[in-house]
Amino acid sequence: MSFPLTPEQDMIVETVRKFVETEIYPYEDEVERSGHVRPELAEAIKAKTQEIGFYGCNFPEEVGGAGLNHLEFALVERELGRGSMALTHFFGRPQNILMACQGDQRERYLLPAVRGERMDALAMTEPGAGSDIRGMKCHARRDGSDWIVNGSKHFISGADHADFVIVFVATGEDQTPRGPKKRITTFLVDRGTPGFVMRDGYESVSHRGYKNMILEFDDCRLPADQVLGDVDGGYDVMNTWLYATRLTVATMAVGRARRTFDMALNYAAEREQFGQKIGRFQGVSFQLADMITEIDASDLLTLSAAHRLDVGLPANREIASAKLYATECLARVTDAALQIHGGMGLMNDLPLERFWRDARVERIWDGTSEIQRHIIGRELLRPLGC
Amino acid sequence: MKALVCVKRVIDYNVKVRVKSDETGVELNNVKMAMNPFDEIAVEQAIRMKEAGAVSEIVVVSIGPKQAQETIRTGLAMGADRGIHVEHDGELEPLAIAKMLKALVEKEEPGIVFCGKQAIDGDNNQTPQMLSALLGWPQGTFASGVELNDAGALITREVDGGLEDIQINMPAVLSVDLRLNEPRYASLPNIMKAKKKPIDGTTPADLGVDPAPRLTTLKVTEPPARAAGVKVASVAELVAKLRDEAKVI
Ligand SMILES: Cc1cc2nc3c(=O)[nH]c(=O)nc-3n(C[C@H](O)[C@H](O)[C@H](O)COP(=O)(O)OP(=O)(O)OC[C@H]3O[C@@H](n4cnc5c(N)ncnc54)[C@H](O)[C@@H]3O)c2cc1C
Ligand SMILES: Cc1cc2nc3c(=O)[nH]c(=O)nc-3n(C[C@H](O)[C@H](O)[C@H](O)COP(=O)(O)OP(=O)(O)OC[C@H]3O[C@@H](n4cnc5c(N)ncnc54)[C@H](O)[C@@H]3O)c2cc1C
Repeated sequence: MSFPLTPEQDMIVETVRKFVETEIYPYEDEVERSGHVRPELAEAIKAKTQEIGFYGCNFPEEVGGAGLNHLEFALVERELGRGSMALTHFFGRPQNILMACQGDQRERYLLPAVRGERMDALAMTEPGAGSDIRGMKCHARRDGSDWIVNGSKHFISGADHADFVIVFVATGEDQTPRGPKKRITTFLVDRGTPGFVMRDGYESVSHRGYKNMILEFDDCRLPADQVLGDVDGGYDVMNTWLYATRLTVATMAVGRARRTFDMALNYAAEREQFGQKIGRFQGVSFQLADMITEIDASDLLTLSAAHRLDVGLPANREIASAKLYATECLARVTDAALQIHGGMGLMNDLPLERFWRDARVERIWDGTSEIQRHIIGRELLRPLGC
Repeated sequence: MKALVCVKRVIDYNVKVRVKSDETGVELNNVKMAMNPFDEIAVEQAIRMKEAGAVSEIVVVSIGPKQAQETIRTGLAMGADRGIHVEHDGELEPLAIAKMLKALVEKEEPGIVFCGKQAIDGDNNQTPQMLSALLGWPQGTFASGVELNDAGALITREVDGGLEDIQINMPAVLSVDLRLNEPRYASLPNIMKAKKKPIDGTTPADLGVDPAPRLTTLKVTEPPARAAGVKVASVAELVAKLRDEAKVI
């Protein structure tokens, strides 16, 4: 597939791809078998990322980032998507939402995050509130100028390595014609704050070593300057900054799908059965044809959505289409690639069974496939008064 | 001192090279290309010497099709200062390349020329030696250590029996080996800066060199697959097999 990229953008792709092949691939089996990332390995990946100036590359230059645009950042994410998420986590891309930091929050959270001194995690989901964040139960009440937080969050990725967590908490409720609607406020919560504990979450079939954690707040007292954005402004913060994060799931899916496809293609060109290469059977070659067509389509959908963000066009529908299609494509591609490898595809001598398992979560997190379809349908029909 | 570094665009080392079905060469369609890995080591060496203050300017040279400019840009993004692209489509042999490099050396007057010890496509291992002969300059091939000193340079060479140290005069042509250094990645700031670094274009004709190959490739084929080996239980059995089956003793 080709897409008009500048020589610099081509080089960004080359460099990140090479980094992933050299610094990530060799350690994937270790993470897969042990279920965790050794601290020295994590530090080494982080240090190398900083050395080549890619750490926090999604942030503007004035806060120490590289100022990549959405398209360039999508290319970075796409190439990172080839590698284990547990490891590429340390090729740090802090949450863009930190740009909402004001006053001394910039020195305490934003700048150290971009410098790689402090790592973040983002906590929205609760056991009772997944797709429907309005059902959030975790809440904060005022006590003088402080806030007292109670409740819990689960499935919080990367929180085991986080020095602080960006947490969305209910701070009231409004009655609307469409039922009660929670007011939400975003808080910055440091690890070690009294009344705040993190514990291991569940064992997931996808992305071993990339842990999800449970966060518990028990009368956790937070001063007013821990509020990110405005009080009751959680939806604004989300809409401004979390709008584009779904796109990273799509781009990572494209990178992983290409890595998987290349293995299937090479295997089909080499494996012989019935006296010939299995790629000569249409049953196999047609699968490859469908795979590459869908991968190219996913790639173009994601790059085009990123380009829309860069030129300031509405992109909500396009991001949802990209996230939906690219993650469903990854599921089909990993399944077909495994099938082409026959019985060996299932064995952990090859990374295919891992790609196949890892693909499963992509259709769930950052908005399930159904929620993406819901967004697409709403964007199409609402303007028609439906 | 100015350093000239020769970089070649080759099939990426991760790609499994396949022979074309018509046996005229290897498949280049849809194949990922990259800088010859030994040349990356050459660029890295020049950058390290510049960082140490021994080199003042690094010029990367590539001879090849239009896309060879990408290879030059990679060198610039690693940290080289400017590039020279000799544009030529079609096959090139080491002697023609060495002649073009000689013309460039005479024009640029570098104090040192770095090449990779070989390019991983043809594995020829000829260009640096030919260049050194054409220039009448000393050569330090298969370098795994380079140390400048008052008398010139002390080069550690990787030879079959181990390591060999030689003292050479400068200016010289060096061909670098795998263990000399670990090349850096192109950093993001350097990638962004690379755009502003100049690449001069020239042609074999401008350099007064006739690039026509002197050899004709009749056909390119896969090497024969090696048969599986066997395990023997004893020395006696080994000797018997060597005598009766392999008939080599
Ligand atoms: C490994 C992992 C890591 C995660 N990391 C984070 C994190 O770091 N931070 C964070 O905040 N969250 C995180 N999440 C949460 C993730 O975003 C949610 O799992 C996701 O939004 C779905 O919520 P749920 O799991 O509660 O499913 P539910 O919302 O309960 O959905 C159950 C099913 O109902 C369907 N459904 C729900 N509503 C509708 C509707 N309106 N129309 C049609 N179908 C519907 C869904 O599509 C799904 O099939 C993570 C999840 C996982 C699995
Ligand atoms: C867990 C496990 C347990 C097993 N247990 C046993 C056992 O107890 N005893 C035993 O004998 N075997 C056993 N097997 C082997 C199993 O039967 C084979 O894996 C299966 O027959 C497929 O062969 P293969 O894995 O070599 O794949 P291949 O035959 O190499 O197939 C690779 C791909 O090529 C496709 N393909 C091959 N030929 C054609 C064609 N003509 N047209 C179109 N597509 C084609 C296949 O569908 C597949 O997608 C086991 C396998 C597994 C994974």
